[in-house]
Amino acid sequence: MIGRRMALGALMTGLLGACSKVAESGPGASLLGAVERWNEATHRLITSRTALAREFDKADISPTFRGNGTTRPDAFDYALQEAAGFANWRLAVTGLVERPLSLSLGQIKALPQRRQITRHDCVEGWSAIGEWTGPQLGPILRLAGLKPQAKFIVFRCADNFGGVPYYESVDLIDAFHPQTIVAHQLNGAPLPVKNGAPLRMRIERQLGYKHAKYVTGIEAVASLAEIGKGKGGYWEDSAGYQWYAGI
Amino acid sequence: MTMPRSPLPPRHALSTRIWHWVNFACLVFLFMSGLTISNAHPRLYWGEWGFAPADAWLILPEFPGWMTIPGTYNLAEARLWHFLAAWPFALGLAIYLIVALWRGHFRDFVLRRSELRWSIIAADLRQHLKFDFTAHHGRFNLLQKFLYIAVLFIGLPLMIFTGLALSPAMDAAWPWLLDLFGGRQSARSVHFLVAWGLLGFLVLHVLAVLLSGPVGQIRDMITGGRSPAENLT
Repeated sequence: MIGRRMALGALMTGLLGACSKVAESGPGASLLGAVERWNEATHRLITSRTALAREFDKADISPTFRGNGTTRPDAFDYALQEAAGFANWRLAVTGLVERPLSLSLGQIKALPQRRQITRHDCVEGWSAIGEWTGPQLGPILRLAGLKPQAKFIVFRCADNFGGVPYYESVDLIDAFHPQTIVAHQLNGAPLPVKNGAPLRMRIERQLGYKHAKYVTGIEAVASLAEIGKGKGGYWEDSAGYQWYAGI
Repeated sequence: MTMPRSPLPPRHALSTRIWHWVNFACLVFLFMSGLTISNAHPRLYWGEWGFAPADAWLILPEFPGWMTIPGTYNLAEARLWHFLAAWPFALGLAIYLIVALWRGHFRDFVLRRSELRWSIIAADLRQHLKFDFTAHHGRFNLLQKFLYIAVLFIGLPLMIFTGLALSPAMDAAWPWLLDLFGGRQSARSVHFLVAWGLLGFLVLHVLAVLLSGPVGQIRDMITGGRSPAENLT
């Protein structure tokens, strides 16, 4: 019996060892990378560009909304902003745009607003439901005027994570999706600090780490190669998480 | 004396044999990488949402490294192994079910009304508990039929559909997934429970093979073997 268990143990150790070798090898890594692109291509093939994430009723809202990742940015400037009620917060729209913008919270609240009760799914496995309010990203990008070379939208954030400011990015399909909003309210109140005050992205058809919090900048770029280490987001660059997080 | 070669088909069709082993390999990778994903948030909930211990109906243990892929915690890599195995698993099951239905391979699984009597079911269970796996009616005995129907038509498809329901993009594309399972967190709970149910089936399946001449059983699932009807002639 012990012999069999040891044999099983040796087999498992061998399999696990082989797995990490495959994951680190060139062809193994590209096979694992290919499955991410395959997931994305299949999703884009079978999903309409404007297919909406389900919107729930007020009764479905979870009693609290978990804060994850950064729950309080440690920068001194953020503490000053918070003390001032974020009155001086600006959202810069830069990069490959005809008219760079610098929007105040007042200007953001004056744009046409969208309200949506949606489910937030973390890559770890949990979910929470909240009501988000804010302008759609699409009209803001049209206001700035995207240049034809622009292919991705990068979000710049005020929170330091592992020593670098958090960043994320989406393609233009998700940037112009009707439910992609720059939220400034959760459940009818200004965003709590743990949920990204004063501004956070909602990218409803992807996992939580795409929904950048504490957003200070929106940048249109032609390629993600020059952003961070080139994979398009903090978790993508630092821990190998998938850039396409629809699954 | 050698018998002339019979036109009878092999005991296991080629499509069955290929699918059997591909599916086995996929399930090993899916289960072990799935345990890493479970370790990322070891709590299960019912309904659409859940995140706190108080919301959970089950708090799970942390699964040790020898049970998980990769062997040390890495959620990003575990997800890729999970998806890499999920594609051949889902496509393989779909193709196998279509081919097998088309060619009538499932005739042997059909439950006859005469078999569905408590006395027959009880006798079949007693026979199994004595490790006697002789089939009296057709190729499979009753418990075998129940288990294979449950695994092929309920368990394995449930893994695919509950898995799809965990994807926020798929929920937007096919919102009926959420209605089918009563919410994403319910789908996640069902995904976890059925995975362990399939492991339970694997244990019974391997036990039955070990107790019924494992060398011949495994050889036949590789080479095809000879049809039992041919053995009778």
